[in-house]
Amino acid sequence: MPLSAKKLKVGDTHSEKVVENLHRTQLVMYSGTSGDYNPLHSDEIFSTKVAGYPSVFAHGMLSMGLTGKMLTNYVGDGRLTKYGVRFSTQVWPGDDLTATATVEAIREEGGQHYVDLAISTRNQKDQEVINGSATARIDP
Amino acid sequence: MAVKKFPVEYTHIMMFARSVGDDNPIYHDEEYAKTTEVGGIIAPPTFAQASAQFDPDFFLRPKVGQPWMGSGREPTGLKPKAPSGGEKKEGGGGGGGLHAEQHFEYHRHLRPGDVLSVTVKPGKKWEKEGKRSGKLKFSETISEYRDQKGELVITARGVGVQTERVVEQK
Repeated sequence: MPLSAKKLKVGDTHSEKVVENLHRTQLVMYSGTSGDYNPLHSDEIFSTKVAGYPSVFAHGMLSMGLTGKMLTNYVGDGRLTKYGVRFSTQVWPGDDLTATATVEAIREEGGQHYVDLAISTRNQKDQEVINGSATARIDP
Repeated sequence: MAVKKFPVEYTHIMMFARSVGDDNPIYHDEEYAKTTEVGGIIAPPTFAQASAQFDPDFFLRPKVGQPWMGSGREPTGLKPKAPSGGEKKEGGGGGGGLHAEQHFEYHRHLRPGDVLSVTVKPGKKWEKEGKRSGKLKFSETISEYRDQKGELVITARGVGVQTERVVEQK
């Protein structure tokens, strides 16, 4: 259901657990569809022995994709006009991620209503892994 | 990455949605999608990034007959000292580089049957001293996705960062 300007207020939030116990297979799936086959995300031997990381880790774009699910569930399909993020902490196998959108503004432009959202995705240690913003078309 | 032809296909959308853990039927069920406001299957918001599949030279895909940085018999298939991967390109997320930011502006949402082309322009560059990984070199790229009619459908801005060393873990 699309959001409605009448029913929204600044400070409203929507939160979803977008992944629980992120598994390495999910990283392999994302490599396969996105075309980003960087072995840092799928090859434990390369990631630990050559690159020096503790294990493989998630593509930033996978975290953005997981967060995007919360966003489209909230604003409705086909309603996003902008979605941008900054990757602040790496995401590792075993992580749980919770994504939250907070209403920052409700506005009208040329007869169309929009909502501006702040986005934050946090892991099970409450570290922010993504922060960003989004804008969506909403109903009056 | 510049791409001449990025055909947006039903199966790719379905698999991409699975790979971001999204089982919303708008990404795979045509019958359901017809009953919704958008009226048909659309692609998830980050799907445009999969244009990498259609870049013949994309450096983060193994190529037939060429050495690959990932492990095989040895931890890396690249010969002498390649501390964190092969060839270093800017704006992407590989080798010694990581993805720092990604922003999309949707002029409309992608649908199966769209045939896109992507042009890429370099953006700003800047440096910063990082607490956990030494000197950070940022570079921005602006990608414009146009459809079969030449209309701009998505504008994307990516920021890549090259780190001096592996990011320390908190």
